[in-house]
Amino acid sequence: MDNTAFILQQCINAIFLGSIYALIALGYTMVYGIIELINFAHGELFTAGAFIGVIVLTALQSAGFVESHFVLSLIITFGLAMAYVAVLGVSVEHVAYKPLRNSSRLSALLSALGMSIFLSNGMMLAQGVSDRAYPDVFGISGLEFLGARITYGQIFILLLAFALMVALQLFVQKTKLGKAMRATAQNKPMSRMLGINVDRTIRTTFIIGPGLGAAAGVMVGLQYGAVRFDMGFIFMIKAFAAAILGGIGSIPGAMLGGLIIGGVEVMWAAFLPSAWKDVTTFTILILVLYFKPSGLLGTNVSEAKV
Amino acid sequence: MAEPILEMRDVHTYYGNIHALKGISCTVAQGDIVCLIGANGAGKSTTLMTIFAQPRARKGQIFFKGEPIHKLTTEQIAARGVAQSPEGRQIFPRMTVMENLEMGAYMRNDKEGILKDLDYVFDLFPVLKDRRNQTGGTLSGGEQQMLAIARAMMSKPDLLLLDEPSLGLAPKLVERIFETIIAINKEGTTIFLVEQNAHIALTNSHTGYVMETGQIVLEDQAQKLLTNEEVRKAYLGED
Amino acid sequence: MLAKELKKIAVYAIFLAILLVPMLGFPTPQFQPNRPLIVLGILVGLLVLNLVVKFVRKDKEGAAAGPGLVELVSRRLGRYPKWLTLGGLVLLAALFPLAANNYMIDVGITCLIYVCLGMGLNIVVGLCGLLDLGFIAFYAVGAYTYSLLNLTFGLNFWACLPIGIALGMTVGCIIGYPTLKMRGDYLAIVTMGFGEIIRIVLNNWTELTSGPNGLFGQAPPPGINVSLGGDDGFGIALGQLTTLPSMYYLILFLAIITIVGVSRLNDSRIGRAWIAIREDETAAELSGVPTTWIKLLAYALGAAFASVAGGFFAAKLSYTNPNFFLFMESCIVLCIVVLGGVGSIPGIIVAAIVLIAVPEVFRELENYRMLAFGAIMTIMMIIKPEGLIPAARRRRELHEAELSAQEED
Repeated sequence: MDNTAFILQQCINAIFLGSIYALIALGYTMVYGIIELINFAHGELFTAGAFIGVIVLTALQSAGFVESHFVLSLIITFGLAMAYVAVLGVSVEHVAYKPLRNSSRLSALLSALGMSIFLSNGMMLAQGVSDRAYPDVFGISGLEFLGARITYGQIFILLLAFALMVALQLFVQKTKLGKAMRATAQNKPMSRMLGINVDRTIRTTFIIGPGLGAAAGVMVGLQYGAVRFDMGFIFMIKAFAAAILGGIGSIPGAMLGGLIIGGVEVMWAAFLPSAWKDVTTFTILILVLYFKPSGLLGTNVSEAKV
Repeated sequence: MAEPILEMRDVHTYYGNIHALKGISCTVAQGDIVCLIGANGAGKSTTLMTIFAQPRARKGQIFFKGEPIHKLTTEQIAARGVAQSPEGRQIFPRMTVMENLEMGAYMRNDKEGILKDLDYVFDLFPVLKDRRNQTGGTLSGGEQQMLAIARAMMSKPDLLLLDEPSLGLAPKLVERIFETIIAINKEGTTIFLVEQNAHIALTNSHTGYVMETGQIVLEDQAQKLLTNEEVRKAYLGED
Repeated sequence: MLAKELKKIAVYAIFLAILLVPMLGFPTPQFQPNRPLIVLGILVGLLVLNLVVKFVRKDKEGAAAGPGLVELVSRRLGRYPKWLTLGGLVLLAALFPLAANNYMIDVGITCLIYVCLGMGLNIVVGLCGLLDLGFIAFYAVGAYTYSLLNLTFGLNFWACLPIGIALGMTVGCIIGYPTLKMRGDYLAIVTMGFGEIIRIVLNNWTELTSGPNGLFGQAPPPGINVSLGGDDGFGIALGQLTTLPSMYYLILFLAIITIVGVSRLNDSRIGRAWIAIREDETAAELSGVPTTWIKLLAYALGAAFASVAGGFFAAKLSYTNPNFFLFMESCIVLCIVVLGGVGSIPGIIVAAIVLIAVPEVFRELENYRMLAFGAIMTIMMIIKPEGLIPAARRRRELHEAELSAQEED
């Protein structure tokens, strides 16, 4: 493998990882945008999605369904994981966040942290402490160009991630409910005076954000071959860094931030001691918060309220 | 006097421990323009917000079209046909003028009616039509005021609450706004407005209420209040 | 009223049940439907009990609803004057090793370490209102400072203590400085990031820390060695602390110093400045509180107490490795502060005992420990955000906030 091929390969990996971070970051940014709370449990919801994915996909594979209906079984896997985690997300909102809507920010934040610990340990009890292997449904075949390769699985995942992000953007920009969500994020009392059911728009946010997180969870499982109960933690920090970098509350910002964080991480691991790659993410996070808390594409509005 | 569309009976509102409204009673007759005047901090805006249960009245009753609404949620009150252009305008800063207006029509599902009303508010405020794709945050104060009123109009309310429509506007624009308010009223919308600019408010209203420190101290036909000795001294700046 | 509350709990229970589904373990061989059912039963049972107590007591109070169960427990605990609670606890703690076996003393030591940590975090979170999720990093600093100084230069525990404190404070300021501008949730994430950075450094700087293998062979601290029977017989001698009871008395001594220190700080000018910052930073700044310095001081002092605890921890175990300082440890300390009552000193002591000792007693529940911690954090925030033994000041604030929140709703 020569140099161009190596760099090209790293770029592919960067875009791939970045898209996954972006999907998770969207969940943070949307929830933060609407209730100004870091949903600490988001990392666990992502992990739950990955677990549902492995459970469903294993079952489908052992039934021989994956061989006969490949695309359909992927749709079922992603669909079930996203649907289930969306329900989970709404439950988290109802149990831990809704009762605290008028409380201090510290209380809400601690409640979110409590939920995160609770879910993560619930999964540990149920699924054990060791890795669970994902069925390798894609194999290693793929495209090769200029010495770099991209597997069909990666292509599928990238396309899906892209499609989900476009769909989200369309939903938020064009539909009535999407616009109501933005209105709620910008001014809750006014939204209510216009007859917008604020509780419902918040619930919608907790369907979409965790749903996207679950899709990212299945993607991670498919690509890296294993899931574990505590994998949400590191993804959470990365995705949160992405959301902050892009400007919290901004959907395009989360996408951009995800790509940058993914890129930096992959390039660091490729050219510099990879054990330190996580330190770079944290450093970026701290630097952005220090020098430009509104992020690359964010407005100053959310920061003023922090 | 026509049927009251809104009636407040002995309404008390608190902010924490601060007793902001100390027993407000007032009626707004169907089809009228009613104004509430008073000094800064008298509780005028609180009165309007209390109608929307933000904050909810701790004591007293509020009737809209004869039905009690003081136990309903803000959304439910809006759905009954009340709209407000609130204090500080409360435009959605990161949504376009168009989207702000669409949010005004959030509760409606009649597409044609919405389009018709959109034309109507663009007729009333042509500048909004020019700025339809600009975000709310980029508008000038006067434009935001117009947008707030237009947005409230988009829900086709039976009762429109206006909080200081003249605030921060050039005198010429103030006149324009009040002309528009009268036009809206002529179309059949009852208007309850709060003003510090007592003169223009009373000149353009049917009935007026005067508020001082959380209580209503005077009520009469607007014309009579204009000539009332106390009002002239305290609010019209005349001797 | 009762029906409405019950309906609320029923809806809540449904959502709670959904949250517990991941615990089913489907479809692995460990499929255990009874596990989440038990958890659900306990949680809903608590809510109902809380409600029942509320309504049984209501006639007495003459109000719409009386205090709930949690409130009652809290009132009972808060009834005694602070000095009596503290004095009683110290006396009990001093006599404890006489009646306990080695295992219990060991648990006691762990409890006291967490008391120290809780006290340190209490300064940052409780008094100053800054949510620090990387607090355990300072504990690591203390542990590694002592280990490295002792192993490389042979310095003893007492000589290392001031160095550890100074280093802890320095790291506290380094972490604190960039976060000064930030508030609330951003701060939480950044401190979490810093905590992880320190752990990654400990893991990867193998030349210094020998990485994941850890450091071992640290000498126990010199002092008054106490033995209370067993092979060593009874006796008190000067020398290295080799017995468990003497370790216990050392950490008790450190804990008492920490408690006295924190409570003196609490009542001082600086303490009031911290609280002013917690209430309203802008207002504090405008009334002349040098917020930058005062906040840095909170970090530095919190870090200093944690660093002392860390030094003791390494000395007691004669071993340390980076995996003692996971994010979960920060969460445990935070849970102690939250359960006891943010800003409340007796509360934190009681909470440390409850949260650390009780799971040790019920060993079979070990796996449920963190699950319970998570649930406790959320539940406390919902029913009693000021904690079991609230600091008097804090209690007033939160209830005022509640009152005005009800107005808005």
